[in-house]
Amino acid sequence: MNIFQVLFQTSIGKKAVMAVTGLIMVGFIIGHLVGNLQLFAPPEKINAYAHFLEGLGPGLWAIRAFLLLTLVLHVWMAIKLTLENKAARPQDYVSQQTLRATYASRTMRLSGFIVLAFLIYHLLHFTVRVEGFGTYPHTTLIDGTPVRDVHTMMVVGFQNIWISLFYIISVGLLSWHLNHGLVSMFQTVGFRSRTWSSFLTKASVLFSILYFLANAAIPGSVLAGVVKIQNPEVAGYVCPAKCAVCEAKNAKT
Amino acid sequence: MNVTIRVWRQKNTEAEGHFEDYEAKDLNPNMSFLEMLDVVNENLTLDGKDPIAFAHDCREGICGTCSCMINGKPHGPESGVATCQTYMRSFNDGDVIVVEPFRAKAFPIIKDLVCDRASFDKIMQSGGFISIRTGSAPDANAIPVGKEVADLAMDAAACIGCGACVAACKNSSAMLFVSAKAGQLNLLPQGQPEKDARVLNMVATMDEAGFGNCTNQYECSAACPKAISEEFIAKLNRDYLTASVKSVFKPKPTTMV
Ligand code: HEM
Ligand code: SF4
Ligand code: FES
Repeated sequence: MNIFQVLFQTSIGKKAVMAVTGLIMVGFIIGHLVGNLQLFAPPEKINAYAHFLEGLGPGLWAIRAFLLLTLVLHVWMAIKLTLENKAARPQDYVSQQTLRATYASRTMRLSGFIVLAFLIYHLLHFTVRVEGFGTYPHTTLIDGTPVRDVHTMMVVGFQNIWISLFYIISVGLLSWHLNHGLVSMFQTVGFRSRTWSSFLTKASVLFSILYFLANAAIPGSVLAGVVKIQNPEVAGYVCPAKCAVCEAKNAKT
Repeated sequence: MNVTIRVWRQKNTEAEGHFEDYEAKDLNPNMSFLEMLDVVNENLTLDGKDPIAFAHDCREGICGTCSCMINGKPHGPESGVATCQTYMRSFNDGDVIVVEPFRAKAFPIIKDLVCDRASFDKIMQSGGFISIRTGSAPDANAIPVGKEVADLAMDAAACIGCGACVAACKNSSAMLFVSAKAGQLNLLPQGQPEKDARVLNMVATMDEAGFGNCTNQYECSAACPKAISEEFIAKLNRDYLTASVKSVFKPKPTTMV
């Protein structure tokens, strides 16, 4: 058997693809979260970060293509495995107890597919930036570079309570998915044993909770008014006569 | 004590099955579940009706022949015992007990509560032999085996091949069985020469037989009458992935036997 047959045609191989693609995506979402938490810094910070990412050009496209491939493989294997599992018991029991499977483990498909729906919306909202999905203003950095005002785009988006709620529920489901996914991943590649399975389970729960809280803090603090629109044009207020940002800008130019 | 059993009756593999209720009266609570079925069958036979077909052999929890999904759990309400060692005292007087066969595509129903678990035998056969010297008894301690390893291998070897793991699994996966059978040999020095071939072949046969894929929910080990740990599944995954990578890169002899 060649390596592709192992990975895409055997039960354990397909599971390994799920686990490895899951791990890659977990790595990505951690980085993504850290990037997003810059919303709590002055707008300059996240706008410059976004500008830097866009400046990667072909590099950015390579990363995007890689992540898309990862996602496609993960979802494809999820569908394939699920169909096979359904076929493995053509006639269901009339009564069957659940003995110890966790609730999260029994709702992986549901949580996964809702996350997928969210992901499509999220990409349209902030990556493709479909007209009508949000506000896409521009601003300049301190050094005068014209950039997209990502800070304002996010704050305007999350000031809509429905959008915020949708984001919070979705990251909640993603955390739920990871609650089982993380431990499961270790089992699939063979690194879970009696000796530390209980630690692994606790660490997964802790990670999922922290990941959820950190993510929910973003729309949450916009709704609570802690993070405000700071782009004068969008906020609709006139610049105060003495403003530190403009002074710094003017001093440079 | 008296109970009502709601039993799955199915004439043969192709026939449609259905439930039928039977009264089991004046039972001794210390009868085993199978003895209760014997009583019901005796009465059915006396009435000139077809007795309920169920699988059994040793009736002491070691052969793995008895099966049955009892009230939605393989081998009944207790843990760590097979159906033959489940006693009526585990139920209450007046209970309605639902009894179904193990259900899986790879375990076709032969009749009533009896299913065909020959796919397990195929998996065992594909595991193949181990290279040891046969003939006169070898010196007992010629091959040293660490106590912990020996104990772990013994845990795996406790599998009686009953199929409860498949029956309990939402995906009808046979991973617990295969991991126990491959694991017991993979752990021991005697099992090393054929280790890679063994996992590759056993998993391939398992996949072919139409079992589902593991989703790491461990219903199997909760239902296992020998309480085999899902830890062996992790080991099987590790051994399988290692063997696969090795088999991709390993130089192969020019003439394959
Ligand atoms: C987008 C749609 C998604 C779908 C449809 C989906 C579906 C699934 C399914 C069905 C499983 C298998 C669960 C099992 O074996 O019990 C799974 C596992 C997993 N998923 Fe997802 N998932 C999605 C997104 C994600 C995302 C975005 C991440 C990470 C950020 C992720 C991380 C994981 C991990 C780590 C596992 C564990 C792999 C294993 O069991 O070895 N998933 N997913
Ligand atoms: S692993 Fe347990 S449940 Fe599965 S066949 Fe062996 S003894 Fe039966
Ligand atoms: S009849 Fe042998 S294990 Fe139950």
